[in-house]
Amino acid sequence: MNHGTSLLWKRRALSSLSATRRGLPQEKMTENGMTSRAKVLTIDTMNPTVKKVEYAVRGPIVARAVELERELSEGMKKPFAEVIKANIGDAHAMGQQPITFFRQVLALCSYPELLNDSTFPEDAKSRARRILQSCGGNSMGSYSASQGIDAVRHDVARYIERRDGGVPCDPDNIYLTTGASDGIVTMLKLLVCGEGVSRTGVMISIPQYPLYSAALAELGAVQINYYLNEEKCWSMDIAELQRALDEARQYCNPRALCIINPGNPTGQVQNRECIEDVIRFAAKERLFLMADEVYQDNVYADGCQFHSFKKVLFDMGPEYSNTVELASFHSTSKCYMGECGFRGGYMEIINMDDEVKAQLIKLVSVRLCPPVPGQALMDLVVNPPQPGEPSYANFIKERTATLSALAEKAKLTEQVLNTVQGISCNPVQGAMYSFPCITLPEKAVREAKEIGQQPDMFYCMKMLEETGICLVPGSGFGQKDGTYHFRMTILPPTDKLKILLNKVKEFHQRFTQQYS
Amino acid sequence: MSVVREISPNVRNMKPLDYEILARRQNLIEKELRQGVRKPFKEVLDVSMSDLQMSGLKPLSFVRQVLAACLYPELLNSNKLPVDVRQRAQRLLGECAGASVGSYTATKGIPEIVQRISEYITRRDGGVPCSPENIFISSGSQWSLLNILKVLLFESSPKRGILVPVPSHVTTTLSIPSLGGVVIPYYLSEEQGWQLQVEELQRALDSAKAWCKPVTLYIINPGNPPGQIQSRKSMQEVIQFVSEKRLFLLADEVYQNLIYGENSEFVSYKRVLGEMGHPLSDTVELASFHSASKGFTAECGLRGGYVELVNVDPAVMKHIYALFSKDSCGPVLGQMALDLALNPPQPGDPSYPLYHTETEHIRKSLLHNIKRVSEILNSLPGFSCQPVQGGSFAYARLFLPPSAIQKAEELGLKPDTYYCVRLLEEAGVLTLPGSEFGQKEGTHHMRFCITTPQERMEEVLRRITNFHTQFMRNVSETEADRV
Repeated sequence: MNHGTSLLWKRRALSSLSATRRGLPQEKMTENGMTSRAKVLTIDTMNPTVKKVEYAVRGPIVARAVELERELSEGMKKPFAEVIKANIGDAHAMGQQPITFFRQVLALCSYPELLNDSTFPEDAKSRARRILQSCGGNSMGSYSASQGIDAVRHDVARYIERRDGGVPCDPDNIYLTTGASDGIVTMLKLLVCGEGVSRTGVMISIPQYPLYSAALAELGAVQINYYLNEEKCWSMDIAELQRALDEARQYCNPRALCIINPGNPTGQVQNRECIEDVIRFAAKERLFLMADEVYQDNVYADGCQFHSFKKVLFDMGPEYSNTVELASFHSTSKCYMGECGFRGGYMEIINMDDEVKAQLIKLVSVRLCPPVPGQALMDLVVNPPQPGEPSYANFIKERTATLSALAEKAKLTEQVLNTVQGISCNPVQGAMYSFPCITLPEKAVREAKEIGQQPDMFYCMKMLEETGICLVPGSGFGQKDGTYHFRMTILPPTDKLKILLNKVKEFHQRFTQQYS
Repeated sequence: MSVVREISPNVRNMKPLDYEILARRQNLIEKELRQGVRKPFKEVLDVSMSDLQMSGLKPLSFVRQVLAACLYPELLNSNKLPVDVRQRAQRLLGECAGASVGSYTATKGIPEIVQRISEYITRRDGGVPCSPENIFISSGSQWSLLNILKVLLFESSPKRGILVPVPSHVTTTLSIPSLGGVVIPYYLSEEQGWQLQVEELQRALDSAKAWCKPVTLYIINPGNPPGQIQSRKSMQEVIQFVSEKRLFLLADEVYQNLIYGENSEFVSYKRVLGEMGHPLSDTVELASFHSASKGFTAECGLRGGYVELVNVDPAVMKHIYALFSKDSCGPVLGQMALDLALNPPQPGDPSYPLYHTETEHIRKSLLHNIKRVSEILNSLPGFSCQPVQGGSFAYARLFLPPSAIQKAEELGLKPDTYYCVRLLEEAGVLTLPGSEFGQKEGTHHMRFCITTPQERMEEVLRRITNFHTQFMRNVSETEADRV
């Protein structure tokens, strides 16, 4: 259709717009000249901040991976027998086994008739009875209070006290959440306000777990990036925090500082001095601290230890422990449990005044309550079998096996990737991922840019098509300009992981050769 | 000075609920009861929320057996559970990554479950096709609803408006200011059995156009708090209305499986839209919400719900997907509960007899409760109650004497809140006042759930009758004054 004709059609359409007075729908021109009704909800009329929301872990590369799986199942020939989803921190999907005791208790809670079944151990039964008693109508199917089941919050508080060597924890400060993500987003909702130069700014590490950037985008908050130091094993640097903050003060109102420890995607475990420095910085600059500690049991490297922000804060004395506002987050999805599908989590709020807590309750009531099985599971995580109980030995065996397998795989990953020319991998001190730096030939970078793709996405897409391995490109997490990375989980079983790592190695060598 | 003292005004603007006053009193009373303080009752009967299992009605055995086997697959190796339970669990586990309910799922939900939901929808709607790509499962229907509202509402000038029924349950409307939107109330007609009148929609829309940009219409069918079911004709009028006025239609249909009365029939908005044919059927933009929390399955605590999006712009769908994806996925047990609720045992299945017995028991209890509520409340002077055609609640009209209204004002309480506080204090029954849900000026109401065992309902009605008779006779000074 030539331009003249389409103009004619447009004029006719415009004149019929007077019909809108009669309440008829607006007409819209499409490419083929057919008129079609313009939608109410379009790219132009939808919430502009929602358009900025991206979440690379479940982004376009995963969509392609799912497509390839479908093609494989339909019998299409590929250079690989299966698609391996090494993009997402999902331990069970990769074959990790759940903790038997936890699943026994949850099965008993689900169908209490099983309490009459002699094949279930007594300690599992007594845990189940206790949990059921704390639920309305003695059932996991009842709503709980929005803040979470009282008894569970009390147990979480006691766990935190034990973990932190006796530092007191008020159950009132515990909020059970739908995964840690829910808690993080809720806190950000509370914090983000203001307009223009006084719009709330939130500091987040680069690289970061993209829930943060997605939530900040959705809330229209200002994301303030502070770079982790790759040369020093992804450590935090107060001078860098200061730089980022000072710069940001010119165009926004920085109010919060987010830290992921152990780190995601980087896996670094902060040492105690660093945590102290961060606390001092937050105190000095009056920043709300958000400590994402979901990987607190996933610490592998010698010389590394998990220090909770809360414990360090209190060890620093009342000058800090009475003033610094802190929220710390935990989850049932990681550590040795790996129960992502339960959406269990909690947050502990420190030094938040009652007026603010009242506002927080309003926010959490809108979605009624977190999933009760997830709350029950969290109760078991903070209240596991004790020495002398029938299930203790097996529990310890399973937990140790899982954590040591992860430690082994962390080491293996670092070792193998570092044998590849053009790949450089920092030690995986904790968490569940490697985040190696990859060198990409100029030719590949150019080709990527020509087709409008991030170079590391280009690389990862090629890897997916050729090997079936799905990773997430570093651009999904943030990285220094001109550097490229990918995030790969360490979760597949050891023998499979070995094969995977070799495939990655071979691919990288091929890719480098192809684009030299 | 606290960093967080400066809270987002969007959160501040979320209005506090009168429920909090009642909840505080309830906690106090229950504490006193535990301490042995003498009261005219031994326990507080909480009929304020619709939570079938909390009230004492049992979860369905089939559902819980399947979930138990999925949680602890050892159970598949024995004959403890019926064979169809084991088959169902086996199939469900096969649909989970790593055969574990502990794995994440696809953002929209386990694909096979989503497929079966789309088949349920097609069956329900007499064959109107349903595309699985349009379905998102989430942690309860409120979660989906909030996500869709986030896309529709945002800070703008003029503010974007959402037409909301009066009365309406609060959970949704609570969050609208925090999203930057504004509520445009439209009044349901109590005298006409709480039916929606299109003229009233028109009035509300016309009045709102001066100060906001209306973008969406929210309807609850079957209703909450009043239990009305919308007629097909009324739904057709609404569809015409949203098409002409260019509004996005949000249909909250979570009570679709709780229908009473032989002449009551639930028809979904999707079905009516489909049957109205082109051009409406492929242009009207609709989001319809359902949940595993209501109906006989009543798994409120498992958090399983979904939204079906109809005629939504594909470019917008991509962003909706991204929004859902950052929350990973709905809890797996909730997804499974949804699947089991919508695909129950069939005649011939080993579990069917028990399933049938259990659901019949619940159904009979609810029908009995509704009958008794109507008999009793409509015979008490000062009370009247429209028939409950569907849903979980009775929504009674209170005709309060002027002295009671005055007393309430003196205490700084809304009149029906005052009534509910007195009812709680003196009779140990927790209900919710109509002021919580919105109502015509000068009218008063009370909502309580009917999804409770028969004996409990009888006890509730007995206590209400005694209290009400006394109250109407003599509005006097009591301990309730100290609020």
